[in-house]
Amino acid sequence: MSEAAPQSGSPPWANMLLAGAKRLGSSVLPFVVVILLWQFASLFFPRFLFPSLIDVFWRCLQIFSDGAMFADVLATILRILAGLAGAFIVGGALALLMVRSRAVDNFLSPILTLFQGIPALSWVVFAIIWFHGVEFRIFFIMVMTTLPAFTFQVLGALRGMSKDLMEMVFSFRPTRMKLFRVMIAPAILPDILTAWKVNLGNASRVVVVAELVGATGGVGYELLQQQQLFDMAGALAWTLQLVFFVLIVQGALTLIENVAFRYRAVSERAI
Amino acid sequence: MRDSVAAPEAAIHLGHVSKVFGKVGSDGAYRAVDDLNLDVRPGEMLALLGKTGCGKSTIFNMIAGLTEPTSGTVRVSGRDPFADFDSFRGKMAIVFQNDRLLPWRTAIQNVELGLEMLEMPAADRRAAAQLWLTKLGLGGHEHDYPHALSGGMRQRVSIARAFATNANILLCDEPFSALDESTAGKLRAEFTRLVKENGKTAVFITHSISEALEIGDRIVVLKRPAKIAYDVSFDIGTGAEERELIRSRIGDVLAV
Repeated sequence: MSEAAPQSGSPPWANMLLAGAKRLGSSVLPFVVVILLWQFASLFFPRFLFPSLIDVFWRCLQIFSDGAMFADVLATILRILAGLAGAFIVGGALALLMVRSRAVDNFLSPILTLFQGIPALSWVVFAIIWFHGVEFRIFFIMVMTTLPAFTFQVLGALRGMSKDLMEMVFSFRPTRMKLFRVMIAPAILPDILTAWKVNLGNASRVVVVAELVGATGGVGYELLQQQQLFDMAGALAWTLQLVFFVLIVQGALTLIENVAFRYRAVSERAI
Repeated sequence: MRDSVAAPEAAIHLGHVSKVFGKVGSDGAYRAVDDLNLDVRPGEMLALLGKTGCGKSTIFNMIAGLTEPTSGTVRVSGRDPFADFDSFRGKMAIVFQNDRLLPWRTAIQNVELGLEMLEMPAADRRAAAQLWLTKLGLGGHEHDYPHALSGGMRQRVSIARAFATNANILLCDEPFSALDESTAGKLRAEFTRLVKENGKTAVFITHSISEALEIGDRIVVLKRPAKIAYDVSFDIGTGAEERELIRSRIGDVLAV
């Protein structure tokens, strides 16, 4: 008598495909619901309140295909990235100084906490009063609004490093550069990527405010034009440019996390 | 067997060493080590034995150059390990109580760590790390991350990391205390063999009398605040009866 091995219902590739489709479905579903609700509302409300998403789609396409319009998008993206990079470099340096010296920490912490309490719009007003150049104004606003968060996040990461691992690395007598490369950078990288993710969202909101009142180009400036024209489709299309940018960068950061943190053990039981 | 040691050319020398944590003379000050004199000869395997909190780890950290003594002199190969910290690069290696592997590095990358500090070319580094992993029975696990290894395997990696640098002086802070007895026994035997084969000077901290007897050529029993209560040397020729006598005396000293 021969006995056949039990066969599963479908081949492995089909199961993988099904699992992938389920994952995609669950992540896309919320967007589909929002789109359907908006489209439904557009049937009953005037265009200047709820324009059809088909109109918005064509406006988005127009922004992508029109060189001058796309240059506005790129200008905003560059402003966000430059502001974040500036705040990260300055904040990282301040955090290093604060972790090395209690006196510096005691001096800077209250100042940074004070900065955190100042609204982004106030920085916009200060920048307009203090500085002449548009680009420098926006850079200043971006740095000042994201600097405290970057500093505190890097500081927390530096303080959270394992003392045991630091001692172990120290026992091999590393140079400062080697200590940074083999221990400090990999240890604080997860917190730095989280800080970038958090500050990216903040920066994309602040840049619009800065451009709205202090620039002659960029997404914020274009939004102001749409407001004056009462053009909701245009306002949505320009807003979506920033949303796309944030989604793309967040995706890239997640990809970096997946590669850089593949060493992490994953529990089969979720939190 | 002898009860005292005179080491004119000590690999490690502690002369009238004291360590006080907190401000000296204040109420919160804690004297962890009090006027300790200790010499370790080259090639000797010293087991520092004492109860928890007797100051073993403080002595260990002072020899490693990680802690500065409050008074007295610490010399390793004739130099101050705290003041001349960088000059000990590649000369001293440490095996800690827990494995302390960098979680973002694979087993072989962890073993290469000390060699990277010595600016060894990548290919030589990789070959040396591979050799030590194989010697410690970890062939095939080179590219595993620490989380994928068992506790015993991780401690083997940390031993390989210490030996790979070819440092003359090995400091071990209860490296097998977190392992089950069967794994610890195997690792102890391997460790002792490797130390002897490679002619290292080793200081091995433990709170287990059996472990001290199994590993050491010499046992120094410490009592709080880190003072020598008993100092005994023996060798491979020391018989079982004599070892039992030593065990019994150590037990008596620790019980007081």
